[in-house]
Amino acid sequence: MGGTAIDTGELISIRWHGRGGQGAVTSAALVAQAAINEGKFAQAFPSFGPERRGAPVQAFVRISNKEPIRIRAEITEPDIVVVFDPRLLHIAKVTSGLKEGGTLVINTRRPLEDIEAEFGANWQLAIIDATTIARELLGVNIVNTTMIGALVRVTGVVKLESLLEPLKERFGHLAEKNINTMKRAYEETLVKESG
Amino acid sequence: MAKRVGIEVSVAIGEVVTMTNTDVIAAYPITPQTHIVEHPAKLAADGELDAEYIPVESEHSAMSACLGAAAAGARTFTATAGQGLELMHEVLYIASSMQLPVVMAVANRALSAPLSVWGDHSDAMAVRDTGWIQIFTENGQEVVDNILCAFRIAEDRGVLLPVMVNLDGFHLSHVIEPILLPEQSEVDAFLPPNDYPLPLDPAKPVTMGDFGPPFIYTEVKWAQEVNLRKSMETILKCWGEFDRIFKRCYHPVECYRSEDAEVLLLTMGSFSETAMTAIDRMRGEGKNIGLIRLRLWRPFPFDEIRNAVKDAEVLIVLDRALSFGGPGGPVSSEIRSALYNEDRRPKIVSFVGGLGGRDITVSGFQEMINRGIEISKTGSKHEFEIFGVRE
Repeated sequence: MGGTAIDTGELISIRWHGRGGQGAVTSAALVAQAAINEGKFAQAFPSFGPERRGAPVQAFVRISNKEPIRIRAEITEPDIVVVFDPRLLHIAKVTSGLKEGGTLVINTRRPLEDIEAEFGANWQLAIIDATTIARELLGVNIVNTTMIGALVRVTGVVKLESLLEPLKERFGHLAEKNINTMKRAYEETLVKESG
Repeated sequence: MAKRVGIEVSVAIGEVVTMTNTDVIAAYPITPQTHIVEHPAKLAADGELDAEYIPVESEHSAMSACLGAAAAGARTFTATAGQGLELMHEVLYIASSMQLPVVMAVANRALSAPLSVWGDHSDAMAVRDTGWIQIFTENGQEVVDNILCAFRIAEDRGVLLPVMVNLDGFHLSHVIEPILLPEQSEVDAFLPPNDYPLPLDPAKPVTMGDFGPPFIYTEVKWAQEVNLRKSMETILKCWGEFDRIFKRCYHPVECYRSEDAEVLLLTMGSFSETAMTAIDRMRGEGKNIGLIRLRLWRPFPFDEIRNAVKDAEVLIVLDRALSFGGPGGPVSSEIRSALYNEDRRPKIVSFVGGLGGRDITVSGFQEMINRGIEISKTGSKHEFEIFGVRE
C-alpha cells in the first residue's frame, strides 16, 4: 500500500476535487492538521476564489516528513487525487497531471472493474460509495470525513487516529458521527493496485 | 514553550492579536482578509476577548475609528485588502502624520478592474508613500511573528508610527500550515503595555491634526521623514529582542544562497519560498544563483540592499505590481534608484509577474531567471517584461 513518495517521506501532493459545500476544503484542512500533529510538515489550501455552493472546487495538501514546505502554488502534478462527486469525473479533468503510479480515490457506486476500464492501469485506484455512507450515518450528502477514511486506507498519508483530534475540534457534538463515518469508509474502501 | 499547531494563517493572526491584549479592533470584511477579523470578532462577541470590536460600514470608517482609538491611547488593530486599502487611502496619511501607532494586516490583493479577489502587491504599492512602516512576510510564522513585532515597533516612544504587515492574499491568508503560537507569558515579556504619551483626555485637552500653514508644514513633513527613517534602529532592535526570546531572526533584507552568486533574483512576499526551490535546483545544475528577499519596504533598507547585491553581475527583480506607463514595477524602480550612484552595481533586469493571483511555479522561476540572464546579455528595448503574459 502507498506510492513511492509516501514510502520515502518525500513531498506528497494531494489534490481534492469536490463541489462547494461538500467539504473538500475541510477535508484538506483536517488531513494537514493530522499530519502536523504527527510532527510532519504540511500545507492545505483551497482553490483560491469566491466560494460558490455547488460549483466545482479544488483543495490542495502537501505533506513532507523531512522539511518545511516552501512551494506556494496550486498542485498541478499530484501524487494523489481525491474525487468527491462522481459527476465531476466527466466535467473536470480530475486526473490532469496525476503522476504515473499515483493514486486516484473516487466516490462512486460503480464497480471497480468499470473504473479500471475507464482509467486504465497507470494508477492505483480506490473506490468508496461515500454518498451512501454519509447519507446513512450523517443524514446529509457531505462526504468530507468519508473521503478522508478512503484516502487514509489506500495511502496511509496519516494515521487514522491522528485525525481524531482534528475531527473533534472541527465538528464538536457531530464529531462522533463523523469519526464513525470515516472509520466505516476506511473499512469499505476497495483498492486496485496499478500495473 | 510555544505550541506547534496546524492552523490557518488568518486565524493565527487573530490568536496572536488576542494575546497582545488589543483594546480596539475596527474593521470591515473583504476577501481575502475576512478570516483575519472574523476570528477576533467572534471571540469579542463570545466575551472571550476583552476588546471593543467596532463593525464599521466601510474601510474609510475602519481606519478613522482606529485613529480615534489610537489617539485615546488604545492598542489598535485592523486588517484589510485590495480595494479596502484603497478606500482607506486618505486616512492612512493621517495615522502616520499624527503618529498614531495602529497595526494593520493587509492580505494583499489585486485592484479592479477586472474584479479580482486574488493576490498581488498592487494594493500595498499604491499606499507606499503614506508614511507607514511596511513589512512583507513569506509564511505563516513570519506573519504571526511580525504582527507581534509590529505592536512593539509602532508603540515604541521613539517611533509612534503605524505599521502595516503584508501577507499575500490566499497564498498565505488561506493556508493551513504549522505555526508556533507563543505562550501568553512570552508575549507579555516581549510586548510592554501601550503607553501612548499624550492620549486624548477630556481632563487634559490637546489639539491633534491642527492646521499646518506654509510656515510650518515643510518642517512637520521633514520631522515625519526623519522619524520614519530613524525607526529603522527600533525595528532592528525589536527583531533582535524577538530573536532573543523566540529564537527566530528577521532582517530588513534576507539572503538565500547569495554569497558567491553571479546572478541574484529579488522577490517580496510568499513567492520567495517557491523561488528558493528554483534556486536550489539551479544551484544543483552548477549555476551560481542566489535569492534576495526584501522584507522591510518602508523605511527602505538602502545600505542593506546595496551590500547584498554589490558583488553580483545581474540582479533580476520581480514585482507583483505594475506602474502603468512607468519604469516597470515599483520595487525594481526603487532598487535601480538606490544603486544608480554606486561604483559597483549589477545590471538590473525587471519582471512583473504573479498579478491577480497567478501562480509562479518553481519551473516558472527557473525560466524567469534564465530569461533574465539572456536579457542582461542582449539588452532589451523594453523597460521590463511581464512574465508569462499571453500577447
